[in-house]
Amino acid sequence: MKELIILSGKGGTGKTSLTAAFASLAKNMMLCDTDVDAADLHLLMAPKIQKKNDFVGGNEAIINPEKCVGCGLCKELCRFDAVIELTDPVSYAIDAIGCEGCGVCVDLCPEGAIDFPKKTCGEWYVSDTRFGPMIHARLGIAEENSGRLVALIREEARKRTREQHLDLILTDGPPGIGCPVIASMSQANCILIVAEPTVSGIHDMKRVGQLAAHFKIPAMVCVNKFDLNPDQGLAIEQIARENNIHIVGRIPFDPNFTQAMIQGKTIMETHKNSSTSQAIREIWQTVMKNPAMKQERIM
Amino acid sequence: MIISIASGKGGTGKTTVSTNLACVLPAPVTILDCDVEEPNSHLFLNPTFTDREDVIAPIPEVDDTKCTYCKRCMEICRFGAIAVAGEKVLIFPELCHSCGGCAAICPEDAIREKDRTLGVVETGFVEPGLTDQEKNPGEKIKFVHGLMDIGQVMAPPIIRQVRTHADPKGLTIIDAPPGTSCPVIASTKGVDFVLLVTEPTPFGLHDLILAVETVKILDIPHGLVINRAGMGNNDVKRYAQEQEIPILMEIPFDRRIATAYSKGELIISCLPEYKEKFLKLYDRIEAMVAQRRQAK
Repeated sequence: MKELIILSGKGGTGKTSLTAAFASLAKNMMLCDTDVDAADLHLLMAPKIQKKNDFVGGNEAIINPEKCVGCGLCKELCRFDAVIELTDPVSYAIDAIGCEGCGVCVDLCPEGAIDFPKKTCGEWYVSDTRFGPMIHARLGIAEENSGRLVALIREEARKRTREQHLDLILTDGPPGIGCPVIASMSQANCILIVAEPTVSGIHDMKRVGQLAAHFKIPAMVCVNKFDLNPDQGLAIEQIARENNIHIVGRIPFDPNFTQAMIQGKTIMETHKNSSTSQAIREIWQTVMKNPAMKQERIM
Repeated sequence: MIISIASGKGGTGKTTVSTNLACVLPAPVTILDCDVEEPNSHLFLNPTFTDREDVIAPIPEVDDTKCTYCKRCMEICRFGAIAVAGEKVLIFPELCHSCGGCAAICPEDAIREKDRTLGVVETGFVEPGLTDQEKNPGEKIKFVHGLMDIGQVMAPPIIRQVRTHADPKGLTIIDAPPGTSCPVIASTKGVDFVLLVTEPTPFGLHDLILAVETVKILDIPHGLVINRAGMGNNDVKRYAQEQEIPILMEIPFDRRIATAYSKGELIISCLPEYKEKFLKLYDRIEAMVAQRRQAK
């Protein structure tokens, strides 16, 4: 089993459009969308949901006003400023959005006045698409634990890939370099960074590259919208060479990506013979020939 | 007044709107880049940094001479950051949320907390450039951003530390991270206005809907900027009308703007007519905030 994660650091560089295009080229593949905050891959994949599951991601502290004696210890202990003091008479309540779910107030309340029910923080899905099975998720609005949900769906994707004897997990990752990104890339064969030729694009691809190096995961890069600023595109490739990041190709700026998106399709379906689609096919072949993608992962 | 610029989807133009807006407004203006995973505002404003502070969060440290391996610390930790195996206590700093539960519950007083660095907050100023006609001479934009260390996962404490630099009297603009979870909440909670930036595409609309749900939960007045107008379809406009979300500004899809952005230039530098448009945007935000204050 092999696992390729598409990342970018900066948002909006074309991760999802490119993942979808790759999905149309890959064989024996499981798709996975780990951008659980703002998932978009399903808009191009039209997944038919086979199984829907709750994501129980943590607990939420709730003060029982009948038991609370107003001692204020919870407010003193809370490091997340999530305990609200109410006056007349003095009592306390938890701000659900601020609550980290650490349970410190629950365990240390001398009156046992704080309940800690489990909380459903989102949903995850097992689906079928025209290119193969897909695992995706939706974290509830303003919820925590995106990293835990990412870890859960990746585990599920691996399990099903093994059971169904598939060869590859193709994962559309989240932007940034924080908790859901680290959860998305750990132990993967390789990451592919989709960079754009802008000052922000350069800055952000460098940081993802550093993150990959930190976790010792091989990285590749392709420059999307290359002709928007060829000088910056070349600068990205230079940085890649200096940092052992394998360059796999260039994609031109192409409004057809948006047109394909409006139709809910990949650019490979709507503009099969375009030079962009040809460039993507070549990039895919280069990616799959990368030595890091030849290694079987035991998972 | 604090205005947060947010989006749901990444790459829609949050930084573009934040930096241009900061440059056209009369001083004093503070800009806080709260996208601590991938901050970009500095690339457009070229601030001079004058100060640098580490962002510290505590992690536990066990005194083996006092520990009786009772496992109370392991039981209270909801994040799996501390484990007791026989006569050994293991600590996993990257999982620790710094809640302090283990230190508070330890019956032997065997846990102390030590500092761990999550990242850095840099503060400085932006020399007024082309926009200084409108500012008092010497008035500068105060600039603050956070930078999470590579390999760290906890963005919210860094964001909270960046936000302590908000100007309580003047105007503060926050460049927020993408998404809808903890880092976005940390960047928008308690602000006076959220300006949502989207692009008129299916991805833009889908993530805008999530962002709108987020600001509704936080009960913050909000409005919309449509960036790259003309590139996709009309669904974003239709949605905004249905939801009665005012469209406060449209920035057309224009290759000149895209090229300027790629080089780290502001729109108001390459197309000066946008100064007026960003000022108008601010007037409309100010009016909406005043209206909300009156209603309360």
